[in-house]
Amino acid sequence: MVKVILSRLARLVATILAVTFITFIMTALLPGDPINAILPPDAPRDPEIVAQIREEFGLDDPVLVRYVNWLGNAARLDLGESYVNRGQSVMGEIKNRIPVTAQLAAMAIVFAVVISVPMGVVGAYRQGRAIDQATSAASQIALSVPNFITGIFLIWLFAVKLRWFPASNWNRWDKGIWANFRTAVLPASALALSQMAIFSRLVRSDMIATLQENYILSARAKGLNDRFILLRHALRPSSLSLVTIIGINFGALLGGTVVIETLFALPGLGFRLINAINSRDILMVQGITVFVATVYVVINTLVDVLYAFVDPRIRKG
Amino acid sequence: MPTAGADATRLTKSQQTEPLLVVEGLKTHFATPNGLVKAVDGVSLSVARGKTLGVVGESGSGKTVLSRSIMRLNTAGNVITHGRVSYDGEDLLQESPKEMREIWGVEMAMVFQDPMTSLNPVVRVGRQMTEHIRHHLKVSKSEAAETAIELLRSVRIPEPEARFSNYPHEMSGGMRQRVCIAIALACGPKMLFADEPTTALDVTVQHQILNLLEQQQKDRFMTMIMVTHDLGVVAGRTDEIAVMYAGKIAEKAPTGELFADMRHPYTESLLRSIPKINQPKHTRLAAISGRPPDLINPPSGCAFSPRCPYAQPKCFEQTPPLTAAPAPGHQYACWFPVGSPEGNQAWETNMAAGRLQTLAAAGELNATEDIPATIGGG
Repeated sequence: MVKVILSRLARLVATILAVTFITFIMTALLPGDPINAILPPDAPRDPEIVAQIREEFGLDDPVLVRYVNWLGNAARLDLGESYVNRGQSVMGEIKNRIPVTAQLAAMAIVFAVVISVPMGVVGAYRQGRAIDQATSAASQIALSVPNFITGIFLIWLFAVKLRWFPASNWNRWDKGIWANFRTAVLPASALALSQMAIFSRLVRSDMIATLQENYILSARAKGLNDRFILLRHALRPSSLSLVTIIGINFGALLGGTVVIETLFALPGLGFRLINAINSRDILMVQGITVFVATVYVVINTLVDVLYAFVDPRIRKG
Repeated sequence: MPTAGADATRLTKSQQTEPLLVVEGLKTHFATPNGLVKAVDGVSLSVARGKTLGVVGESGSGKTVLSRSIMRLNTAGNVITHGRVSYDGEDLLQESPKEMREIWGVEMAMVFQDPMTSLNPVVRVGRQMTEHIRHHLKVSKSEAAETAIELLRSVRIPEPEARFSNYPHEMSGGMRQRVCIAIALACGPKMLFADEPTTALDVTVQHQILNLLEQQQKDRFMTMIMVTHDLGVVAGRTDEIAVMYAGKIAEKAPTGELFADMRHPYTESLLRSIPKINQPKHTRLAAISGRPPDLINPPSGCAFSPRCPYAQPKCFEQTPPLTAAPAPGHQYACWFPVGSPEGNQAWETNMAAGRLQTLAAAGELNATEDIPATIGGG
């Protein structure tokens, strides 16, 4: 097990290096001179000042040198400063905003799992029957509706009509858990809907395959009831794909809640990233992208380790 | 031990003499897009208490479906079952799913063919052994664990306490089959089905598992149905044998009688296909020519006729009924039974006509699947 974890860690480091390098090169290739982001649009382009700024930000160094410098700083958790908002550290900005995005992503995943697992299990158990047809159709619809439409609908129903939850804004944890939860419910639900559709289809199809297994027949021949067989014998072997996709989608949500954060005016990471891209704030874009990518890779490594808990046969690896 | 099997002394006289299981006209058909698969097509049999019935046949003869139909374990949505399965006086085909769950494990249990896949890979052996003990016998977790360890010991698994917390993949195939047997025995069933219990195991282990099953069956006074494709497996271990072909019983007799005086050409072919230890090396295996029949459109007349060395024109037209042989309990479904004057005549006729199946059976031709299903003399 220790050996497995060590080899995973080595792979993790290699992946992060590759990810940071690619991100760095890609952002360096973006058209437009960073100077235009650093200097206000209406400021005079005095060649001397420009040269001084280029010197200060190391913009004239070859891209590889810049990467190595940046990486050295990044290793000390210093991702540089925003070009646009001088003095604002990229790392500080991430620390400030990641709780919002991470909470949204986590809540969306939890909502989705809580609803999709029973849906998938029932769908598989009653394969082809009315309840299966209904849940399959529901997840098909959920999958085809873009999440901002869901968001708008949720705002209309629960914020405007029923007035249960606020339509926008965000309360941090320090304002109380309930206050925080209230502001998170609608955006998290909007994100959860399509996840739920994906998860329930996965659970359903894996479960249908599992229910064909001989050990399910053996369990039936022991006189156990169906609910026990479904939950205690069939669910765990049917959840490998689910665990995988949860890992992948959680990472994707961290970088992909932009639309929902914008719609609900939430101070999250995605919102900030779009902002930074629009204002050519390259160091900020790099910092956030690298951060999200790293978290993504770390989560997927954790998922690999999690497999071993789901399926004991993998433990010996 | 609380989970001991049925006690012979507790039963009244009439209960002891009455068969525990009576199957009458059982039909199990599967509706498929290609037509109705008649996997079991009118089987009647009975098994007396404490006795062992061997059900023998090739793959696809319907023997596994038969045992699952009796236990009502066919789960497919397209299954159609007719007939009567009377177990201890109750018609199992009329029981509700809930009532069946009270019968499974407690009254009847099954040991499956492949121990590599019939244990749940992600659940410890201990829980797989105790969950139904706790469910059926309403005992505490620790009592169930004690019973389970005792069972592991009785199926001769070394270090049962340590094995109790193993996962199935940490055990060998033979050991897993012992676990499966222990699981089947756990709630003291009166009736045990063993569906090809040794097919997936090494030859050396097969013998041990068969001995174990036989011994447990005797110790617990269980009634057993042993399904196998290997006449050798059931030869010394059953009281009665039913030979199945194309979903029907071809021949049925007490074990000794069957081997001494077999009547059905299919039984004879099955026996001939077992290699003998005293044969010279590299003797060609006496396979049965042709393939098992199509169960959607079975051959008209006797289903075995296209492959039968004895087949005569009558066999291709009329289905032979189960007929009683002189010996008690011996029945066969054949127009030209082995060893009878008609049978001998049929064989001679076919040999003279050069019927390929007959030549192959006589060892003068290599039996292959390619011998066409010929009608008439060849």
